[in-house]
Amino acid sequence: MRVVPFLVSTVVTAGLVFGLNKRWGAIPAMGNFLSPQHGFWQNAEATDHDFNADLQFPGITGKAEVYFDDRLVPHVFAENDHDVYFIQGYLHAKFRLWQMEFQTFAAAGMVSQVIGEGDEGQYLKYDRSMRRLGMVHAAELTLEEMNKIPAVKAQADAYTEGANAWIDNLKETELPLEYKLLGYKPQHWSNLKTALLVKYLAYDLSGADDDAEYTNARNVLSAIDFEKLYPVIQDSLKPVVPNTPDNPYPKAPAFNLGKPAAADSTYFTFRKDTITNLLPQPDKNNGSNNWAVSGTKTASGAPILCNDPHLGLNLPSIWYEMQISTPDFNAYGVSFPGAPNIIIGFNDSIAFGITNSGRDVKDYYEIRFRDENMNEYMFDSVWQRTEKRTEIINIRGKKPLLDTVAYTVFGPVIYDHRFPISQGSDKYYAVKWKANDPSNELAMMYEWNRAKNYTDYIEAIKYLTCPGQNLAFASKNGDIAIWQQGDFPAKWRRQGDFFMEGLDSSYLWRGIIPQSENPHMLNPSRGYVSSANQLSTDSSYPYYTGNSFPVYRGYTINRNLDSMHHIRINDMERLQTDNYRVLAEFSKDILMQVDESKLGNDEKKYLDIYKSWNFRNDISEKGATVFDIWWKELEIAIWADEINGSNLPMPWPNESTLVESLHKDSAYRFIDNIKTPEKETLQDMLVISLKNATEKLRKAETEGKLEWARYKDTKVQHLLKIPAFSRLHVPVGGGSGVINATKMDHGPSWRMVVHLKDDTEAYGVYPGGQSGNPGSRYYDNFIDTWAKGEYYTLWIMQQSDGIEKKVKWVMRFAKG
Amino acid sequence: MRFLVALLLTALLSFISSLYFEWWVIAIVAFIVGVMVQQKAWKAFLAGFAAIFLLWASLAEWMDSANESILSQKIASLLPLGGNSILLILITGLVGGLVAGFAALSGSYVRKH
Repeated sequence: MRVVPFLVSTVVTAGLVFGLNKRWGAIPAMGNFLSPQHGFWQNAEATDHDFNADLQFPGITGKAEVYFDDRLVPHVFAENDHDVYFIQGYLHAKFRLWQMEFQTFAAAGMVSQVIGEGDEGQYLKYDRSMRRLGMVHAAELTLEEMNKIPAVKAQADAYTEGANAWIDNLKETELPLEYKLLGYKPQHWSNLKTALLVKYLAYDLSGADDDAEYTNARNVLSAIDFEKLYPVIQDSLKPVVPNTPDNPYPKAPAFNLGKPAAADSTYFTFRKDTITNLLPQPDKNNGSNNWAVSGTKTASGAPILCNDPHLGLNLPSIWYEMQISTPDFNAYGVSFPGAPNIIIGFNDSIAFGITNSGRDVKDYYEIRFRDENMNEYMFDSVWQRTEKRTEIINIRGKKPLLDTVAYTVFGPVIYDHRFPISQGSDKYYAVKWKANDPSNELAMMYEWNRAKNYTDYIEAIKYLTCPGQNLAFASKNGDIAIWQQGDFPAKWRRQGDFFMEGLDSSYLWRGIIPQSENPHMLNPSRGYVSSANQLSTDSSYPYYTGNSFPVYRGYTINRNLDSMHHIRINDMERLQTDNYRVLAEFSKDILMQVDESKLGNDEKKYLDIYKSWNFRNDISEKGATVFDIWWKELEIAIWADEINGSNLPMPWPNESTLVESLHKDSAYRFIDNIKTPEKETLQDMLVISLKNATEKLRKAETEGKLEWARYKDTKVQHLLKIPAFSRLHVPVGGGSGVINATKMDHGPSWRMVVHLKDDTEAYGVYPGGQSGNPGSRYYDNFIDTWAKGEYYTLWIMQQSDGIEKKVKWVMRFAKG
Repeated sequence: MRFLVALLLTALLSFISSLYFEWWVIAIVAFIVGVMVQQKAWKAFLAGFAAIFLLWASLAEWMDSANESILSQKIASLLPLGGNSILLILITGLVGGLVAGFAALSGSYVRKH
């Protein structure tokens, strides 16, 4: 043996193996990662991959078949409830496991465990905010509720069993790519994880609030200015449910809604506390469109229901399309990986679509503790004891963080001296959030999937307490309806817009609005129902429903539907993908007042582009870009001096506020720039804003980004924001305040049109693909169709269709 | 002849044992073959290197063509290799080849006097 060379080469070998078998920061262990029999190459799914399978599981009770069509959409035919949800859990896990689990981490505040604490501790801050919001606690309560209804518990159990049937048989080499990249392994699925995901939906749709910003605004602005900048009711509002003689609002509130006696001196007045530590929040753009037109307005005489929920544009997509059926029901639509049922879709009798209500069900109360231990707090003149919950937050590469959260009668104390609301602050605030109360959303979905008529639908939706939604409905027997459903607190005007006193019960919610008084409409004479996240009611509704609602999508939808007759499917598809920006129409008379003699050549050039623009945010429109930038610059020129002067986080006024204010009030007091000695006029501001806009437009033009789609630059991002796994620069129109609400990274996450003829016709598309694997051709293959505004025909398979040519693969499940 | 035997043996045994063991089993296989099949040190290195370079690169190439380079382009922009699938395949082969080459070299020194 040649000892020295042996030692040298052995050390080199061992060093190579060691170095390649170890993660280096974000770089995965490259030996395993590159090995074709272990690493990422295993995830390179053959483009002609065979998805046929004969599967046997002890848990399956009957026989079941899954037929996959050419888009990899499964059509599940099972003999009973247990098997159908087992298979749904199995398929979700097979195609979307990493995403399912990662979203539970996001829900439970466990992101740092997987990806570390992040730059400046951003993920740790997110995790702490989710724990302090009580997400895990809320999921535990939801789980208890689920267990109370046997059919719902059985459903969740079967789903979990199916998901685990996939996880248990998963070889390490078959792990989804993200596990290999991040270097961890999936854990078992559980009903608690399903509950966490249900709560995550509640968070995504009802977790956004701007109470902190509004509180700052209240503290900085006068009451008159505040109302001018942040009005509750917009002039162009078309409420979801108008107050009509044949469908009147309740006349009086069911509770005494007088504001607390001391509110004027303590709640509405200027105070010195300010808030700088804003917590991560779900996207405020989370919204949607839905509408249903009755047979009186359609060419066929049968109702049509449409829905497009607007969410973050992500890969793997938030939705997984499927058909699930047993002899008792047959539902088709999109499901949410991690939870059983079809969430948005239709069955053989009805169709259902949802939009967010946007009602404010999350408020903050200042708590006075006896001392820093937070064991006792003052409430109604007595020291009350808190309950404590210690959250253990695991952080990748570091020691776990223990974070103790005190629970009060209001809810968890989200801000305290260890998690201060502003640097150095020792104030305590509890958050009262409806999602922290027990609820049973799974029960609603379960019944909804089986509903046969309006009565069934009404019974099903009563289970929904939070997040409040506008639930559009249409049935084959001709009914159309919409309910804004949820448990909504009965509030006095502006209650909960700002942080409130928590010393006693005077600022508590006075009760929950009786469900029958929630805004609703059944078969209105106008022939349609619709919602697009606007206020559900006008000011004659006896309860306060909150502030800051988008108004223009709802306005445009209703204006179109009012004038439409003999509606056909393609009319609905065209409306759903409509790029008309009504704000541009409303504001044209204002912008056209600009004094051209004060403009340079470039300004004039862009002004001409704007003048000849058709108000449509279509892909190649340059006018859309000019208008968008100019209008933003005008808002900044008019408001930034007042709003940004305090350097505090403040709310920016609603999209409709400026145009409506200028139309009402030609001497709008905010026009003057308070930072200059001169007194500016609207004419001055039009010129200044166009000059500022021109600089940005020139830059955009140099970069070849003057056309709207290039300027907007829509992308569908991987959940980890890895560009290589994302689809960037998607050519698509639309935008804010436009029915086609496609923004930079947010937009219609599923478009669906359902025609409830005797044989249901349905069309749909989502910006993603059925597989969560970035190495699959089915990962993002719907995006181009979606971007073009086209739809797939949804194949509502009957089992008697058998294995016809639309079926590409069959997966059979049996007991074994 | 010995070179070819060592190369084929290393590739074949590595392929089979990788079905059951972790990726670094290629080092053990190459080492054992290096001990068993006596060759000059540089030849042993080259046989080990070539065996796994060819095994890994050809497996990767085969999977990549079945996948129409969908994934390799993504990984090659992530790593970052400018989205170049061929480069990624070559690097895959190179990494495996180096480990096996040095392991085989160690093996060849065991019985040398």
